[in-house]
Amino acid sequence: MIQLFAFYMFATIVILAAVMVILARNPVHSVLWLILAFFNAAGLMVLVGAEFVAVLLVIVYVGAVAVLFLFVVMMLDIDVASMRAGFVRNAPLGFAVALVLLAEMVLGFGAYRAGGLALGTPAAPSQALPGLSNIQNVGALLYTRYVFLFEMAGLILLVAMIGAIVLTHRDRRGSAARQDIARQIGRKPVDATVMTRPKVGEGVEL
Amino acid sequence: MNFATSLMLIGAELGLCLVALVLLLLSAWLPRAAARVLTIAAASALAGASIYTLALLLNGTAGPDANAFGALLRLDAFSAVAKLLIYLSTFACLVVTPSFFERRGQYRGEYPVLLLFNAVGMSLLVSATDLMTLYIGLELSSLSSYILASFARSDMRSAEAGLKYFILGGLASGILLYGMSLVYGFAGSTNFDAIRTALAGELGTGALFGIVLVFAGLAFKISAVPFHMWTPDVYDGAPTPVTTFFAGAPKIAAVAILTRLSFSAFGEQFAAWQQIVAFVALASIVVGALGAIGQENLKRVLAYSSINNVGFLLIGLATGTAAGVSAMLIYLAIYAVMTLGSFVALLMLHDADGVPMETFGSIAGLAQRKPALAWALLVLMFSLAGIPPLFGFYAKLVVFQAAVDAGLIALATVGIAASVIGAFYYIKFVKVMFFDARPSSDARAEVARNPAGHWSVLAASTVLLSPLGFLLTPAMERWAAAAASALFLTA
Repeated sequence: MIQLFAFYMFATIVILAAVMVILARNPVHSVLWLILAFFNAAGLMVLVGAEFVAVLLVIVYVGAVAVLFLFVVMMLDIDVASMRAGFVRNAPLGFAVALVLLAEMVLGFGAYRAGGLALGTPAAPSQALPGLSNIQNVGALLYTRYVFLFEMAGLILLVAMIGAIVLTHRDRRGSAARQDIARQIGRKPVDATVMTRPKVGEGVEL
Repeated sequence: MNFATSLMLIGAELGLCLVALVLLLLSAWLPRAAARVLTIAAASALAGASIYTLALLLNGTAGPDANAFGALLRLDAFSAVAKLLIYLSTFACLVVTPSFFERRGQYRGEYPVLLLFNAVGMSLLVSATDLMTLYIGLELSSLSSYILASFARSDMRSAEAGLKYFILGGLASGILLYGMSLVYGFAGSTNFDAIRTALAGELGTGALFGIVLVFAGLAFKISAVPFHMWTPDVYDGAPTPVTTFFAGAPKIAAVAILTRLSFSAFGEQFAAWQQIVAFVALASIVVGALGAIGQENLKRVLAYSSINNVGFLLIGLATGTAAGVSAMLIYLAIYAVMTLGSFVALLMLHDADGVPMETFGSIAGLAQRKPALAWALLVLMFSLAGIPPLFGFYAKLVVFQAAVDAGLIALATVGIAASVIGAFYYIKFVKVMFFDARPSSDARAEVARNPAGHWSVLAASTVLLSPLGFLLTPAMERWAAAAASALFLTA
């Protein structure tokens, strides 16, 4: 019973939050709604007994959302001061969202303890190994049955990396921003310092 | 599953991956001038992969014996034929690429590396028998395509093309993934054969929705009509060698996987997807033919021409018969040669400063200035229009033949009518080149000399499309039939 209740709550909030991501006028608010959506999606994952995916969702997307935040703040022309002015006014909304999240966590944990939702019988090849945790099951599949796809996914990341470098890297030889460690180490005191013996009352001429 | 057998089956992909990784390291340490050497190495790797694939094709492994890694991939005759087309057209693109970028001082060793990874992605795509392999192959190929599109990063148009392609491609991937998750949800498996079994019989609304979304996502990748808007902009903005590549290999790969997916995963649901494919085919043919008429830019004209050709390809798929698929593969092979040839000809049209001449106005009177180039373009354009003595006619003939045999007379009729409309702009090329006076105002607009590599690719494609090409028809028909029957082996 508690699972069903939790399911409908998570599902409703996921959809509402996703709608708000699109409708919110302030991009920072959109990002906040996005976080709420991700948390609730993670809750759904917990309900079906995929706690590893749930944790992954939170960890990976919190990282991604942090980056998104940076982009929003850096790229878009938002007046941060005027937004900060609204902090007091918006604080009750913020607390409400936090409260919802807290209640959900408690409820989700209870539902998780009560056992997963029965979704149907899994097909034979994806049957979980008994007595092993989620992570061990995923690992056992990832490095045996799907090792080829795993490697190919690695290639995709490599291509993304090459792309980032090809499209942004500039050769900065000769500019001040480039560090030449050998030159730094090879520098002798003689090259950089001058000993002078100025007379009293006269300046130093460099 | 035997691991060694799997590795043997994907030998071509493994080889390409290893060469690409080594070249990547070399390009990081060698000076930029070495990029040309790396290109030659990459081209020879592609040639080697083609030979390996050919050997595999002649070896004739079929059915479950061709499965690698527990039915994640199937390296059968169909994938071998598609992979040969992909490797060969990528090879030809590599041949014509370096001089274009070197003129602008933009050539780097990463270009051949990205092209090799793209080829690996495409060959995974065409041999996929699992939704996950499909997606990973597609992403590997698309991600490298986005980078290639904006490779000339200091050029605004190239950067714009890359960004546009990236955003719309990401959207299409999202649609595809959504469809795949629905199909997985209703079928309970990502394996094509298992999906086929699970979806047999009456199709629920949810599963139908999933199938429609999967088709929509793939239709974007082949730039079929409701999802074609990006094509002219990206083809126009991307550097011409990259456009040459885009119009060839990735399209072959996407059409091939669409075919495999339709017949193996959704084979029981022919009635459901036939309407979609028939509509998309018709719309692509009509929009491709009409859209090109008002264009002045030659690259945009050829972009619409490729949309038009995708429509003809999909007619073969809409028949739902083995004959239709084999006709489609023949069309695919001939289309690859035609589009390669015509883009290489565009690539060769530039003045001494390397400024491309890419409008109808700039090729006026080309026949007096560069007769060889003009005659080659004439063969290519008449072949694209499907005018009889040339090989392009044969491609259209087999596709329409298959459509008529399958009872799709209306589709064939509209297709023929639209191809007559499309002939307008192909013939406009010829009219402008041969009968218009050259603009006398700018004496400087002289077509510069081109390296031998360009000429040899252009000559090879012209000869293949000339009536001499008909000598190849027996071999092509045999291989296309073998590939098509490999697809129906599961049925």
